[in-house]
Amino acid sequence: MALNIVVCVKNTPSSLSVELDPSGQPKTAGVLYAINPFDEYAVEEAVRIKEKNAGSTVTALALGPDADQTVLREAVSRGCDAGVLVTGTEVTGGDTLATSRVLAAAIRKLAAAQPVHLVLFGKSTNDSGAGSVGGQVAAWLDWPGVLSVKKIESIDEQAALLWRMMEDGIDKVKVGLPAAVCTVKEINEPRIPSLKGKMAAKKAVFTKWTASDLGLKPEDAGAPGSGARVARYTAPAKRGTGLRIAGGSAAQNAAQLVDTLIERKLI
Amino acid sequence: MNPQGILVVALNQRGQASPATWELLGAGRALADAAKQPLFAVLPGGTAEQARELVERGADRVLWTAHPSLKEFNDEMHTQAVCAAAQQLSPARILLPGSVAGRSLACRLAVKLQAGLATDVSEFSPSGMVKRGAFGGNLTAEVEFKSPIQVMTVQAMAFPPAARQAGRAGEAAELAFAPAAARTEVISFSAEEAGEIDLGGAERIVSGGRGVGGPDGFKAVRDLAHALGAAVGASRAAVDSGWIPYRHQVGLTGRTVRPKLYVACGISGQIQHLAGMSNAANIVAINTDPECPMMQQATISVAADIFEFIPLVVAEIKKRKGVPVAA
Repeated sequence: MALNIVVCVKNTPSSLSVELDPSGQPKTAGVLYAINPFDEYAVEEAVRIKEKNAGSTVTALALGPDADQTVLREAVSRGCDAGVLVTGTEVTGGDTLATSRVLAAAIRKLAAAQPVHLVLFGKSTNDSGAGSVGGQVAAWLDWPGVLSVKKIESIDEQAALLWRMMEDGIDKVKVGLPAAVCTVKEINEPRIPSLKGKMAAKKAVFTKWTASDLGLKPEDAGAPGSGARVARYTAPAKRGTGLRIAGGSAAQNAAQLVDTLIERKLI
Repeated sequence: MNPQGILVVALNQRGQASPATWELLGAGRALADAAKQPLFAVLPGGTAEQARELVERGADRVLWTAHPSLKEFNDEMHTQAVCAAAQQLSPARILLPGSVAGRSLACRLAVKLQAGLATDVSEFSPSGMVKRGAFGGNLTAEVEFKSPIQVMTVQAMAFPPAARQAGRAGEAAELAFAPAAARTEVISFSAEEAGEIDLGGAERIVSGGRGVGGPDGFKAVRDLAHALGAAVGASRAAVDSGWIPYRHQVGLTGRTVRPKLYVACGISGQIQHLAGMSNAANIVAINTDPECPMMQQATISVAADIFEFIPLVVAEIKKRKGVPVAA
């Protein structure tokens, strides 16, 4: 059973220690970028499904500037077959509403060429951390969307059986395909890129689409297509060092800790 | 009609009201009062009696439906119900819980209503701007909306719960709901171990990290959690070592928590872990290394060996509670 899978990946800062410019926007000069760490789980899951189902394909899909082809190379080095970059000033700089609309349009275009059964996402990105693009892509496509998936128990061309991690336990969810699925860490352990994968990544040539290739009007994407924007970022106040309990015996320190917790009405 | 008013989406968990709903009503009531607008609530998969409680906790008008398709969380069905309510009520702002269900639903609603979306909101400002954490909590993003309708999920424990005022005036009516079939079906649910407290809504959390040394070390962490009536958390190092399941993980890759008290045992405080818990009101750090980041930021820090120290703390707590301590 051949399944065609799309996995969405984002090029994000490798370090979360971000400096701000005077207007409250993150400085980008000198920042190293790599595949969003949560997307590694989605890529791995897609490649595992492909390996179990002969004739399947995995296409990595990214949205960003031309330089973000590097994230597609990383995806190919981990086993994806092909990559598509949606790029251009019209599509970048949007909020999750606009970004998900663009990704949905790209998935629709891919699905017009060959059926797409499943679109996989990481749980969120490590930069904005919204964790909503996967669910919003599902909504734009009018497909089912399942978040927080820790296991794909079974999948065929029609349906998948998923384990959804809820706060109080596990929902087993049967979902008709095509669908969008957002993974969580527990779903697998991502492999490191193989030598063969790295070679393939080096040689890979990626499809590039702009807003007009996707039939999107300027007001559909980027900032004009957004419903929200980050006006600025601020650094939260640093927590100071508090009370240090030291000096007594372990038993005395334990008693002092419990006294303090009771005094401060914490227990 | 111009969108006006605040709509709280009250999501039941396995048929029971969730404390997160009371927090949404608390936050929603304050917003509604500030804007001199009504506070609405929609209760998909609930009862008339539960709807009445939403009124008593601050909602002016509640639409509820007990439709059987809404018994378990299904983003497609729940979206249809909330959209039906939104159509009748025409709210400007829709508040949902910051849970898996709340976020799933928010994603679909935002697209259906062409609304700007902010997830995990922890603060509202009078101007309509909201604040949320970004870059793993290293930064606070101030989000401005430009869409007429705005959808947001609200971080658990960020707002005080609305108190119940018996007999409070307000209207609760049944929502007319004739849903189209969904392609998603919840076929079974398996609960976590009985007695386990969920991290997201926990007032107190005791977490273990690399310093607990192994699964046996977690026994001490669990003992302390039990003595404090706390949920059990863990750092990535502890989860990746297989000492405790992933669902306990706090941090960038795991859960974000805001308890009143967070006790970090043998957790050095890497940035990824701090991302998930630095908004705790009080942090107690127990670690052998007094210079590690967690000890530097803790409200109370104790330089100690956790294997020796935790049992002493547990015994001390039992003593204060008057529980006989086993020799």
